[in-house]
Amino acid sequence: MIQPFSENVLSSRQQTQWIVELRDVHYSIGNREIFSGLTLTIPRGRITAIMGPSGTGKTTLLRLITGQIKPDSGQVLFDGIDVSNLSLRELYALRLRMGMLFQNGALLTDMTVFENVAFPLREHTKLPHSLIRHIVLTKLQAVGLRGAAQLMPAELSGGMARRVALARAMATDPDVLIYDEPFTGLDPISMGMIVRLVRQMNNALGITSIVVSHDVEELAALADMSFILAGGKVAAQGTFNELKGHDSQIVHQFMNGLADGPVAFHYPAPEYFEQLLA
Amino acid sequence: MKLLRELGDNLRSFVVTVGAVSLFFGRVLGQIPRAMLRPRFVIEQIFNAGALSLVIIMTCGLFVGMVLGLQGYDLLQRFGSEDALGTGAALALIKELGPVVTALLFAGRAGTALASEIGLMRATDQLAAMEMMAVDPIRRVVAPRFIGGVIAMPLLTVIFVSIGIFGVQLIGVQQLGVDAAAFWSQMRSSVGVDDVMEGVIKGCVFGVACSLVAVYEGYTAVPTAEGVGRATTRTVVTSAVLTLILDYMLTALML
Ligand SMILES: Nc1ncnc2c1ncn2[C@@H]1O[C@H](COP(=O)(O)OP(=O)(O)OP(=O)(O)O)[C@@H](O)[C@H]1O
Ligand SMILES: [Mg+2]
Repeated sequence: MIQPFSENVLSSRQQTQWIVELRDVHYSIGNREIFSGLTLTIPRGRITAIMGPSGTGKTTLLRLITGQIKPDSGQVLFDGIDVSNLSLRELYALRLRMGMLFQNGALLTDMTVFENVAFPLREHTKLPHSLIRHIVLTKLQAVGLRGAAQLMPAELSGGMARRVALARAMATDPDVLIYDEPFTGLDPISMGMIVRLVRQMNNALGITSIVVSHDVEELAALADMSFILAGGKVAAQGTFNELKGHDSQIVHQFMNGLADGPVAFHYPAPEYFEQLLA
Repeated sequence: MKLLRELGDNLRSFVVTVGAVSLFFGRVLGQIPRAMLRPRFVIEQIFNAGALSLVIIMTCGLFVGMVLGLQGYDLLQRFGSEDALGTGAALALIKELGPVVTALLFAGRAGTALASEIGLMRATDQLAAMEMMAVDPIRRVVAPRFIGGVIAMPLLTVIFVSIGIFGVQLIGVQQLGVDAAAFWSQMRSSVGVDDVMEGVIKGCVFGVACSLVAVYEGYTAVPTAEGVGRATTRTVVTSAVLTLILDYMLTALML
């Protein structure tokens, strides 16, 4: 539907079965190393879950994949294209093929819900108003918020904002949808609805989904493939059943929500006792 | 020795900042043609920046004019040349007070609003979301607001000066009894086109400076509530200092 750029970055190559490949990626913020040799591949046309304890860098991983940040070393390939070597123009062209759902929705606060969903269409296409209206209402209907079209983002609850953001991410019919924590703060009904929606889009349109979440239960029903990140690397990967049976302690701890185990609950800190005495 | 090192550090961070601002300015300028393709957004921003500051500009213009009337009259009557009040006040307003005070008020009202609006968009990932939708926030958010400010400033200066002269007249002619005909005719004969040009040029330059500071501070704000607050404060301080320095340089150049 969208053809603003002519670069071949735009056309899906369908060469490999991997839509995203990370090869030996290192990334640090300041002195803190977030990734130390991260290697993972995300299959095309599937639903992939990225899990891991809070602060391991799941959001950072998404920012790497979408080219918002560049790795210190290593390669990030999106559909075979090295994301970190693109010019801004090429990067924007590539991003037309991705839809991203931010952790807090990130709706544009000076526009109505309707205008938010229409935003990418208005920016990138010259579609007539009636058609844009039709697309926007269809997408809003899919997330159950057609009735909220004229509300401002400030009038929405957190969960509603997330659903509008999902409608907006779907507006341009991207090849890949990336979700950062889509389930947190949703009631079970909307959660189930989003799970069904993600599944539907995957089945009907073959959209690749990358879902970051802590929600082990929801992901079990949803994901074809899962990764658990810990300590700057992939701690485990596989289907859900494979992970359930995984023998490493980290995976066991994470899948069962145990406080004790190799994953520290605490952010790195000096010895507690010493700090209290100091 | 410590002082010297501190001085060096400050100098270096100053140079780095100037470089960053210049780079940012270049990016904004580069996006202006594409932003102008959608005049609706630009007009909206001119209106925003203008409407925000209009009331305080008018109020302050009136009072600055009235004070000028009182002080000017007091000064001039010592030399027995009250009739020159129109000329003196008009020149002061057009060449100095108009552009400078308008810029200071603009920075305090529209500038802070711009900086906090853009900073908040940064803090709530709205700018990142735009980038993810392949929309350049510099083109869509920053450039229209910058142009809006740049166009609004000279217009506000004109309004300020007009109301200021009205204020001078109100005190001088209506209240203190300066001869109205002399007041206006002297003003008209001795205020030249180059005086007006000086005011207009200053208004434009201050408009660019204050708008650039505001959008830069907002765009580069640390993405937290505190960061946005700091960016807003810095906008006022930097704009004020920059305006006064530029005012001296422009005056020295054009006199
Ligand atoms: N701008 C930043 N400056 C410094 N450190 C940062 C910054 N952004 C992230 N970090 C650090 O990077 C690490 C990874 O952050 P990230 O947001 O990717 O975690 P996450 O896995 O998404 O966590 P969560 O599940 O809580 O969202 C964190 O430990 C955080 O402290
Ligand atoms: Mg996160």
